[in-house]
Order: sequence, then C-alpha cells, then structure tokens
Amino acid sequence: MSIASTSVIQIIPRTRRGVELWLLIVAIGVSVAAYVNIGLTVQDKVPASTGYYAAGIGLLALIAHFALRYRAPYADPVLLPCAVLLNGLGVAMIHRVDLGLAKAAEEAGRDPRGPAAPQQITWTAVGIVLFLVVILLIRDHRRLQALTYTAGLAGLLLLVLPLVPGLGVNINGAQIWVRFLGMSFQPGEFAKLCLVVFFAGYLVVKRDVLTLAGHRFLGLDLPRARDLGPILIAWAVSLGVLVFEKDLGSSLLFFGLFLFLLYVATERAGWLLIGGLLFAAGAWFAYATFGHVHKRVEDWLHPFNEVGGQVSNALMGQAWGGVLGRGLGQGRPELLQFYAQSDFIISSFGEELGLTGMIAIILVYTLIVERGLRTALGCRDIFGKLLATGLAMSFALQVFVIVGGVTGLIPLTGLATPFMALGGTSLVANWAIVALLLRISDQARRPQTPAAPVSDDTIALAVQKQ
Amino acid sequence: MNSAIRRLAVAAIVLMLALMANSTYLQAFRADDLNGRNDNRRVRDSQFSVDRGPILVGSTPIAESKESNDQFEFQRTYRVGPQYAPVTGFYSYLYGRAGLELTQNSELNGSDPSLAFRRVVDVITNRRQQGASVSLTLNAKAQLAAYSAMGNKKGAVVAIEPKTGKVLAMVSTPSYDPNQLASHDLDKVGTTWKKLLEDPNKPMSNRAIRELYPPGSTFKLVTAAAALSSGRYTPETKVRSPAELELPQTTTPLKNENLQNCGGSDNATLTVALRLSCNTAFGSVGLDLGADALREQAEKFGFGEKLLPELGAVASQFPADPNAPQVAQSAIGQFDVQSTPLQMAMVAAGIANGGDVMKPYLVQNVKTADLKTVSETKPESLHQAVTPEVASQLTQMMIDVVNNGTGKPGRIDGVQVAGKTGTAQTSPDRPPFAWFTAFAPANDPQIAVAVMIEDANVPRTDIAGGTLAAPIAKKVIQAVLGQ
Repeated sequence: MSIASTSVIQIIPRTRRGVELWLLIVAIGVSVAAYVNIGLTVQDKVPASTGYYAAGIGLLALIAHFALRYRAPYADPVLLPCAVLLNGLGVAMIHRVDLGLAKAAEEAGRDPRGPAAPQQITWTAVGIVLFLVVILLIRDHRRLQALTYTAGLAGLLLLVLPLVPGLGVNINGAQIWVRFLGMSFQPGEFAKLCLVVFFAGYLVVKRDVLTLAGHRFLGLDLPRARDLGPILIAWAVSLGVLVFEKDLGSSLLFFGLFLFLLYVATERAGWLLIGGLLFAAGAWFAYATFGHVHKRVEDWLHPFNEVGGQVSNALMGQAWGGVLGRGLGQGRPELLQFYAQSDFIISSFGEELGLTGMIAIILVYTLIVERGLRTALGCRDIFGKLLATGLAMSFALQVFVIVGGVTGLIPLTGLATPFMALGGTSLVANWAIVALLLRISDQARRPQTPAAPVSDDTIALAVQKQ
Repeated sequence: MNSAIRRLAVAAIVLMLALMANSTYLQAFRADDLNGRNDNRRVRDSQFSVDRGPILVGSTPIAESKESNDQFEFQRTYRVGPQYAPVTGFYSYLYGRAGLELTQNSELNGSDPSLAFRRVVDVITNRRQQGASVSLTLNAKAQLAAYSAMGNKKGAVVAIEPKTGKVLAMVSTPSYDPNQLASHDLDKVGTTWKKLLEDPNKPMSNRAIRELYPPGSTFKLVTAAAALSSGRYTPETKVRSPAELELPQTTTPLKNENLQNCGGSDNATLTVALRLSCNTAFGSVGLDLGADALREQAEKFGFGEKLLPELGAVASQFPADPNAPQVAQSAIGQFDVQSTPLQMAMVAAGIANGGDVMKPYLVQNVKTADLKTVSETKPESLHQAVTPEVASQLTQMMIDVVNNGTGKPGRIDGVQVAGKTGTAQTSPDRPPFAWFTAFAPANDPQIAVAVMIEDANVPRTDIAGGTLAAPIAKKVIQAVLGQ
C-alpha cells in the first residue's frame, strides 16, 4: 500500500488551470453547437435564444473557472468541463424536447406547456452560485468533519421531509417531492450530500473498531455481532425510504454509498458480503411485498407487455437511433412526453445521437467518477478520502441505476440523471457535489511543505490524535 | 485505504462498461428487431412521412403519394382504386401494407440497399429522401376491360403475354378501395377495415392468385397435353367415350354432362372430345395415362410452384395419391385438382408459346426518382411443358373448340381465338365455377387469358360456363389487340 500511495503523492504540482480553460471552451462550444443544430433542424433557423443560452452557459462556466483560479488553483482540471458539458447538453436536449412537445401540442390542438429549458438555465445559475459559495466559503473540507452529526441529522430530516403532511407531494407514485413557496424540491438530492458527509465523518472515528475486531471465517474477516449496529441502521433507514416514500432508487443509492464507504474505511470485504446479503434480502422482501416494486421488475423483464409503456417506448427510441442516431432534432423523443426531459433524457440522447453519443456521455460520467476517485486517492486525510469516494461513487451509482433502468439493463428506478435531467434540486445539488470534489482535489494536488511523502497510516494516526 | 478505493474505481468502470455493453446490444444488434415491431410508432410515422415512389402502369401512376396538409406529410392515393387493388394492395397507418405496397416497400420508400447510393446523394445535396418508382407489366386497357366486363360478378381475370410471361391484367372482384384504408381519417379507416373483414364476399382476397378453385374442364388441356406427349395419342386417336364410363373399384360411373355419348360416338377422337368437352373420353384417357403422367404434365405447366413472388401466388395442386376413380375425376379437373386462375392462364400461354411456359412477372422495372434504372425484369422460361409439335396440335384442337364447340361465345371477328371452357362443381348444393381460358391470335399469340366466375348461377354444363366466362375473355383480348 505504501508503494501505491507514494506514486499518487508524487504528482508534479501544477495548477492546470489553462488546460481547464481550453476544455471548458470545448465543452461550451459543443453545447452551443448542439443548441444551434437543434434550431436548424427543427425550426430551420438559428434559434433566437442562442445568445441567451450561449451567454448563460458560457458565462456561468467562466465564473466557476475564475473562482477556481482564485480560491482553488490546484483543483482537478477535468471535473468542471465535464460538468459543464453535461449541463449544457442537458439544457440543449430539454430545449429540443420543448420544441417537439410544442409541435405535438399544436398538431393536437392543445395549448403547449411553457418551455422548460429557460427554467433549467436559471437553475444552472443557482447551481453555480452554490458552487461559488462552496468554493469561496469552505476553504478546507476538513472543517466539514466537525459537522458530522449535524449533517447526519440534516440528512435524516431532509429524507423524511416529503412525508410531512401538507409539505410532501406524491408524483408518479413516489413520495419524494416537497412543495414549498409554490416550487417543488427533491430534498433527497441534498440528503445524499449530507449523508455522505455524515458517513465519512462517522467512519473516520469508528473505523478502527470496525476494522480490527472480528474473526476470520472462510478467508473473510467478519465483524463482531455488536459492531453490526451501524450497517443495520443504514439498512433499516434505506428500507424505510423504500417503504414510506416508495423510492427504490434513493433507497439503493443510500445503502450502496454507506456500504462502499464502510468498505473503504475498513478495507474488509466481509462488510461487502454482509451488505450484499442484506441488500438481497431487502430487494427480495420489497419485490414480494410491494406492488410498485413488483411492477417495476415485471416492466423490466417484459417491457412490451404494457401497451404504451415508458420503458418499451424508450427502448424503441434508442433502437430507432441505432449506432449513429437520427441526428439532433430528427428523432421523436417527445413521444415520451416530458419524461424525455427528466427520467428518460438519456434515452433522448440515445435516439438522436445514437449509440455513439450514448457511449460518449457515459464516458464523460466515467471521467467524473474516476477523477473523483483519483482525488480520493491523492487526498492526504482520511475524512477527505472518504468524502471524495462517497461523492464520486454517488455519481457512479446514480448513473448506473438510472441509465441502466432506461436502457433496460436493470429495473427502472426514478433517480435523476446527474446534470442532465430537468429538475432544479438535483442540478443544484450536483453542482455543490462537484464543488466539494474540486475543493478536496485542490488540497490533494497542492504542493506540500514539507514535500516529503507521507504514508496513509501516519495521516490516520494524526487525524485520530486530533 | 487506497487499495480499497482502487478496487471501487475498477468496480465503477465495470458498472459503466456494463451500461455501454447493454446499449451496444440494444442499439446495434437488437435495433432491427425493435424497428420491425408493429407498435413502433417512430418507424411507422417516419415511413408514412416519406415521399413514397409511385406504382406505374405505362406512364400513369396507379398509386402515388401526394402532399397533404394534415397530421402527415403525404397522402397515398390510388387513381382507380378498386380496379387495381388486388395488385397495389394498400398502405394504411393502422393496418400496415399489402400487395405491392408490402413486397416493394423498401424500393417504394427508398430504403432498399440497391438505393443506398441514391440516399447518400440525397443527404449530401440536402434533398428529401424520395422513393423509387415501380413500373408494372400491366396493360391499362386490358385491366379496364377485364374489370368492367366482370361487373358485379364474383371472380377473377388474369391475362399474360405468352412470349414473355408479363402479366397484362389481373382483376379480382368484388374489390375494395385502397384509398379508404390509406386515408388519414383513422376512425373511418377502422370502420372500413371492419366492414371489409366482415363482408362474406371477401373483397380483400385476391382471387386471381391467392385462392384455389377446381379448374373443371379447362384442366382437360393438361390431360390432352399429357396424352399427346406420351406418343401414344394423336388428335385423331379414338378414345372410349360412352355416355357413362364405369370406373374400377366403384359402382358410381363417370357421366357426360348431357348424359349422352360423345358427339354420337362411343369412340370419339381426342379433337372431338375436347370440342364437346366429353368427361368420359378424358376420364378414360386419364385412367390410361395414370396419375403420375398427369401430375408430371401439370407440374410442367407450373402446378406445385409458388409463382409471382411479387404478390405471393399460392401453388396450384394435383392430388398426391389418387385411386383409379379419383384419377378419372382428376383428369377432368375435378376431385382434388386445385388451381388459381393465374395457373390456368399459364396453361394457355404455354401452349400458345410453343410449349415454353414463361415465368409470370408483374414488376417491369424499378427506377429512382431521377429515372435511373435500379432493376429490370427479364423474361425467363419456367418449363418446356410440351414439344412445339404437341403445342401446335393442342392449338388446333383449341381453335376447334372456339370455332365449332363449347367455346363459340369466345369467337372474335377477324381474329382466330383458341380456347377451352370449363364448369366445375365442388358440391351439388353449391353453384358451379364457370371458366374460360384462351389465347389469340392463334397464329401469333399476343395474349393468353383465364376467366373464372365463382358461384356462377348457370346450368352445370360446359356450354353454360363458356357462355358466361368467354365474353369476358373476349373483351380482354380485344382490348390488348386494339380492336
């Protein structure tokens, strides 16, 4: 381990902000090109809103870039451009589906719903503001460790918020929305952020006992029965989310994140085994007990049994896109109604950009995940490592669950496609997550004085002495 | 800790690879399967929005796409819908396609591999994809003559050019109007469809090629061909032709329709037997030749083969293993002999063409929107059914039928017609089928035609069949010969 750690710590300290700027210009260029392309194919003209869109996305990206130059010069240069690209493409696709839905409404003689794209640009601005707040106010991510239990409490409160009568609303069978001051929020997205902070802070303190005590069985280190408390609580809370909010995706996401962080903190595969068994038991229980879970599984196994089903519609859309896609503006994503902008937005890309675009987008997500994990590797403190791992893996899990659901790999669960899907809460929360990752990566890549390599264990001891 | 993070990094990549592999399977390999689904609105709508190529007879489009200003960009229009419906089929948003609209779909909508170059050019020059045009072998005058001559009778007419196998006319009545199914008023289309399906007269079935009927006495041409080809018969050979022919293994004799012997003789010549369509004469010839010889001869004319793949004609049949009385029945086109009108037209066409039966075809060529030929059908021989000598003997016998026998109603002033009548029954309580198959002019055949009228309300005699069906054949022949 010490050899591996050494290779990470010996990064030549360079800020790479210039690289980031170039990548940002590419990301903004691709997004604006997509936007213009959509206007040209659907309306036969460069859309009048191109200036608004380009200025919005471009300006926001540049503000974020200069904030990094000012406050986090050593931050990872790839994360921000990836996020901007996904956000920009997402808005372009939302705009495209706006046009498609308006046309369909016009043909059917209905009043078209207002466009969603401007709204999403506004939310992007809010997201960037939060990004700036995180970068400018949190000068050192380790300060968050002091908020461990506060974050845990906040996370739990946010989780149960949709269950409060008069506040929570049920949309599409899931009780995960809150309506407040005439606007809808998905508090689960911020709960995710809080809980990752909590898991990381909690495991920094508890990892010793969870790591060392236990017995060996069949080559695996199994923990003591009395140390099972935390994982059982996490499991119970996840099941609670599933039972009371009918939110399969969030439930899976929270438990998965806890399990991953537990594994990283203790390096004991036994936890994965126990967690895997608990997950299987929970999944089977849910399948057998809850109609909505059962239906999701049925829709996954036999997507074409349900006439006019969303999954079958999305699958046919992606097949229609084929390898190269119909071309932006030339598919029929609006056949999925407004789901083509939210849960199924990746299917809209599959239809119009084809397998090629699909793989490109998945690769951009992969880049975010892997850059996040690289930040965790390079980070010098345990809390930062766990935090970065949790944030990065939240992207990985979320993308896998929603994209897998939309492409028919696994049963569909309603999670937001990070940065792309229509929805303010998710977008803003994701910008906060990327800001945190950038903050940690700035610390990880910043040259140390003294620059002598330090091993993990020294840091661990140092942190525990605090 | 770092090794655990590294393992997670690998796990994350595995998850992402799983997504990519799944998408690859879905969009690259499973795509064709999903695009072929009937409930796939994307494919259906896009094909409905393509400028589909016309189906042409001569230079006249009998089916074409016209711009429309409703929910779809184009409206498929059929110029004389019911007349050509058995050929064009229909193109419906709700009920898919039929006929040439189905089999020539990829050419008509421009998606055929042979049109790939054209599509690339269209993309580069930013033109809309345009389908290819499909030109037919049909003769508009013959088609019109056949359709109007059939009137409100139930049946079919098929005309072929003997030298090439070109289908000149194909009519099936009662017909339907494909415009009603191609309409964009989908509610109305639904009602029409239901009505057509429930109609006991089955207007959507193509009687010319997709239904099988007992050919009756027209099949005696095949029996005569087998007899002459055997070398043991000439047109002047006398055959047993009593009023009643007692059959082996049964007490039920084979009877002539008029319950008399053949033209006053118990041993009429083959020529006289055909002229008067004597059942006992051909029954005894059939018994003499045997089932295998008859079947072999029938197959040389095209029986047992699925012809005209453009429209999917069904194969006509000769019974597999008949006993002796069944052979005698088969020799006169009864028992389990089953034929399409197309097949009987091919028998006449084969005789007309010196025994060489040509493969029938309907699509003359396919051309791109800018008139470049994509494919052109060349005439092709199917089988040499009989020798030229036998063919000319049969021609003489068929001339005799029209000049002096049951085929008199088919005579045309100034043109020598050669033909054969038929009246076939399936069961005593069902009206018989009236047949006439002929070609003309006998010395230089330009057209062979078969007419079949289902449920003909006539006496069960061959003269009756001739009276009903021959005038229709006559009108089609006159239309082709320009009279």
